[in-house]
Amino acid sequence: MLNKAPLCITIMLLLIPVTATSQEQARDNYETYCIQCHGIQGNGMGVNIRDMSVQPRDHTDAKAMSGRSDDELFKVIKEGGLSINKSVLMPPWGSTFTDNEIHDLVKYLRKLCKCKHGD
Amino acid sequence: MRYPHMIIALCALFIVSMSSAKIASAADGTEILKQRCASCHALKGPAAKTLAQLWQRKGPDLFYAGNKYNKTWVEAWLQNPKRIRPAGMFYRQHIKPGPKHDIVDKSTLKPHIILTKTEAKAVANALMKLKANSELTAKEKLVPGPSPIGEMMFDKIYGCMACHQIEPGYGGMSGPEVFTAAKRLQPAFMLSYIKNPQAWDPKIWMPNKHAPVDNIQQLVNYLIELSKEDFSDVK
Repeated sequence: MLNKAPLCITIMLLLIPVTATSQEQARDNYETYCIQCHGIQGNGMGVNIRDMSVQPRDHTDAKAMSGRSDDELFKVIKEGGLSINKSVLMPPWGSTFTDNEIHDLVKYLRKLCKCKHGD
Repeated sequence: MRYPHMIIALCALFIVSMSSAKIASAADGTEILKQRCASCHALKGPAAKTLAQLWQRKGPDLFYAGNKYNKTWVEAWLQNPKRIRPAGMFYRQHIKPGPKHDIVDKSTLKPHIILTKTEAKAVANALMKLKANSELTAKEKLVPGPSPIGEMMFDKIYGCMACHQIEPGYGGMSGPEVFTAAKRLQPAFMLSYIKNPQAWDPKIWMPNKHAPVDNIQQLVNYLIELSKEDFSDVK
C-alpha cells in the first residue's frame, strides 16, 4: 500500500491541468506589467502612451507580430527593446519574471495576435 | 510649612501626569496608524510576494517609512494630501479604454484622509520609527552635485518618463510622479530603489534597468534638481 502512494500522487499531479494554470499566470503577469503601455486590450494603447516618443507594439496586430520569432519575443521581454534594436521604452523584465514566466508570456502573445512566426 | 506631604503629593502627581502625557503623545501616532491607516497601508512586512497580494494593496507599504520618507514632507502632506500616483496605487484597477488610448477612471480614485497638525506630527514621528530594510539604505550614499545629463538619462536613456510624470500632466501615469520625489523621499531610498526595485517590493511593476551606480547617482541628483523647480503655474 505504502509503495503505491508515490504512484498515486504522481498520477494526481499529472491530472492537474498544468496548461490552464500557466496560462492564467501569463495573463495575470500581462495585466499587471504589460498593459500599462500595451493597453488593457493589448492593442498598444496603454494609459502611459500619450507622451511617449515611440508607441508600444500592438500585440493584436497579427502582421507585425508574426514578423517576430518566439526567441525574439523572449529576448525583448527579458532584456528589453535595445536587445533587438528597438526602443529603450520597452524595459528589461528579467528581474521581474522567471524564464518560464517569459515563455508563458510569449505563448500568451501568440494568443493575443492569433498568429505565429512566419504567418 | 503646614502641608508638606500634600505639596510633595501634588508634585508627584504633576510629574506622573506629565510623563503620562508624554507617553500618550508618543503613542498617539502609532495608535492612529493602527486605527486609521492600517486598512490601506501595511505597517508590517514583508511586501507582497504574489500578484494576488499585490492587487490587494490600497496604499504604499509603510513598514519601511522611516527609511523612505522625509519627515517634514510627511507631516505637511498628511494635513494637505494631494495625489502622487495619477492612476492610483495599482493602476490596473483605475484605468479603462478611452477614445484614443486607455485613460484613468477618476471615479474610482478615492481621496486620502486628512489629519490635523497634531495628528500629522504624531503620525510622522511614528512612521520614522518604522525602519525595515535598513540594510538596503545603509549601502547607499548620495554624492550631491550637478547632474548635467540626468534628465537625458531619465527621459531617453532609461525611459523612466514612460511611467512617471516629470512635471504636472506630462509623462506616464502608472507610476508615482517624480517632480516631487526628492521632496518626499530620502536620497538613500531613491538610490536603493532605482538600483533594485524588487529588493523593496518583489512584485512591483517597475523594472530593474540595471543602471550603473554612477548613473543612478546622476538620476537622483536630477530628481533633486527637479524637485526645486516651481511647477505652480503648470496645470
